[in-house]
Amino acid sequence: MINFQHNHFELFGLPQRFQLDLALMEAAYRGIQSEVHPDRHVNASDAERRASMQSATQVNEAYRTLKDPLARARYLLALQRVDVESESNTAMPAEFLQQQMHWRESVEEAADQPDALAALAQRLAAEMNDLYSELARRFDSDGDYAQAGALVRKLMFLERLREELGDALERAET
Amino acid sequence: MALLQIAEPGLSPEPHQHRFAVGIDLGTTNSLVATVRSGIAIVLNDAEGHALLPSVVRYLPEGTTAVGYAAMEELTCDPRNTIVSVKRFMGRGLKDVAYAENCPYDFLDTPGMVQLRTRAGVKSPVEISAEILRTLRDRAQASLGGELVGAVITVPAYFDDAQRQATKDAARLAGLNVLRLLNEPTAAAIAYGLDNASEGVYAVFDLGGGTFDISILRLSKGVFEVLSTNGDATLGGDDFDQRVFCWIMEQARPAPLSDQDTRLLLTEAREAKEHLSSHSEARVTARLSTGELIDQTLSLKTYAEVTRTLVQKTIAPVKKALRDAGLSVEDVNGVVMVGGATRMPQIQQAVAEFFKQAPLNNLDPDKVVALGAASQADVLAGNRAAGDDWLLLDVIPLSLGLETMGGLVERIIPRNSTLPIAKAQEFTTFKDGQTAMVIHAVQGERELVADCRSLARFELRGIPPMVAGAARIRVTYQVDADGLLSVSAREATTGVEASVAVKPSYGLSDAQIAKMLQDSVAHSGDDAQARALNEQRVEAQRMLEAVAAALAADADLLAPEELAEIRASLDSLVGVAAGDDRRAITTALERVNKITEPFAARRMDRSIHQAFAGKKLEDMKI
Repeated sequence: MINFQHNHFELFGLPQRFQLDLALMEAAYRGIQSEVHPDRHVNASDAERRASMQSATQVNEAYRTLKDPLARARYLLALQRVDVESESNTAMPAEFLQQQMHWRESVEEAADQPDALAALAQRLAAEMNDLYSELARRFDSDGDYAQAGALVRKLMFLERLREELGDALERAET
Repeated sequence: MALLQIAEPGLSPEPHQHRFAVGIDLGTTNSLVATVRSGIAIVLNDAEGHALLPSVVRYLPEGTTAVGYAAMEELTCDPRNTIVSVKRFMGRGLKDVAYAENCPYDFLDTPGMVQLRTRAGVKSPVEISAEILRTLRDRAQASLGGELVGAVITVPAYFDDAQRQATKDAARLAGLNVLRLLNEPTAAAIAYGLDNASEGVYAVFDLGGGTFDISILRLSKGVFEVLSTNGDATLGGDDFDQRVFCWIMEQARPAPLSDQDTRLLLTEAREAKEHLSSHSEARVTARLSTGELIDQTLSLKTYAEVTRTLVQKTIAPVKKALRDAGLSVEDVNGVVMVGGATRMPQIQQAVAEFFKQAPLNNLDPDKVVALGAASQADVLAGNRAAGDDWLLLDVIPLSLGLETMGGLVERIIPRNSTLPIAKAQEFTTFKDGQTAMVIHAVQGERELVADCRSLARFELRGIPPMVAGAARIRVTYQVDADGLLSVSAREATTGVEASVAVKPSYGLSDAQIAKMLQDSVAHSGDDAQARALNEQRVEAQRMLEAVAAALAADADLLAPEELAEIRASLDSLVGVAAGDDRRAITTALERVNKITEPFAARRMDRSIHQAFAGKKLEDMKI
């Protein structure tokens, strides 16, 4: 079984930071999974098969969390005991909320035009890339977790928007 | 009965003992069994040299059962007792079955899963499928000359939990040890990847008799990683037959059809479809039991028109799968075609147009799934040396959730999560003093419970009365490597617990399976008791080998007294394993299991450390 005291970074032997060598992480993930995956323990005792499933589950969870930049950021904050979801934290800058409304209106207006939606998606991706770069600086250079938390909250909104834009695009194309 | 050989505890079993394992493609239209012989995957033929076993089961008047070609012979004369495409009914209620009204069966709308009334009595799709699996098992054992240690059975990637569980139950009923349920497109990717030493991103387009799957995989040295999967569990070659059937009916406008004539025209429709894969037109001629003559000519052009919407239906799932994988058409290095229905020229063309490349057809689309399953069975049985094997990472095709207030679904495990996976979420009570809570597990992508598949319902009782919202009920979903769900719930402040392996929702409990097993062995003249005893002995043997191998590798992880305790438990298992007391074997097995638990955990921990030891991470990059 996995040492549950280890956090996800330690499990993969990675430094605890936002910017990761993803190829290195993938190699570590595959290396560990090659050892613990249930397919490697089909003929083992029941106890060992159970341990294998629990370990492989834990490794998958760690990989899933660290692979996705937003999940990784939230996990880093959780390790610092910064809560991005508590209710007192839902208040967002008015300017940001207004931008959000603009975005949503644009998506609604473009509802049945795949080209217009694709253009919006591109603009959104560019904006999010900038925010992720800033997030990397806050985490890895400044160590400013409060600022990182504020960025994560924005990105949570934007990721949801990206999802909705994708749904709209899918609908427009069919 | 031959005596089982049991190695002395601590001595590892013979190192290069080949274990007979097979891959079975349990298809809607045809089924196959394959194995790996001298390192090469081959399909096992029957005595007449047929590779395909038509997935047809007939219950004969004299009380026996015919499977395959023998069952097909009387298909049009005895439609009610001759079941084709039973896979479409697996884990499905009557309302879920497409074209039930066009099927010449006497359906029984039983909760969870439909049943069929035949002359041999009421039959569940699980029992009917088991007949097919049993035939393949017998074929394999005759061909290999020994008992099978297990089988990998393939299922459509888009099968939900109920369909997977039904398939596993059918295998159990057929006396097969299921090493793993494997998704069909993944199996095809294994066969294809091994055959071509491929690397990169591949799409597997699998249009079978009754199901459509699309999977996006990344193939790299030693790893098959499924990135996403999508599909339509009610779209397949049969639907094309139905369209041709409807076209014939519209053209010829015969009087209302008898069951026999329906079956006759469906067969004609299928033959016309197959003919059109390599010809520009097909003639449909049939003499109905009313004396009426059907004589129509179907051109490829008309055929393409009447089936256009079916072809289009495959594209939306492909787009969704690409999106979920975060990839676009340009990222796909190759498209592997699987399933007999992909032989249709309009399908080939649609796929080529969408992916902007010619699809890959160099493996027989009817056999590729079974061959891949056989290779995976070979790995799981432990027949391949380390380094010569591979790792398979598959995903869950459909999201899992539970019902919350107002009939809404709270998603717990999102689709395309890599298996195995577990997720826990906390819920609370709705009313003051509430002492019980119903947990209703569902599967699907829709927001309303009514639009999702209901998997299981169970109650957590004994919650201490508190004000609404004070209880903390933690519900954990665990999905294993076969894609099967188990759910547990626990009240945090008191530790009250309830759990369920999601099984009985379609109405087959363990007891029912046991009864079916008894019925089936009674039928075949076996002795159920002897068989159960034998199964336990095999299990004991497996356990002794497993623990012996573990001790040989890692005994240094144990304190002397722990080692002694394990050895003692093994000795008592050896003591009873040769005897006739099944209960004693079970008890001894349980004891070994319990005692070796900490040892298993320590071994797993060590193996994680070994993943890093000796090699720098940089060298592990692929």
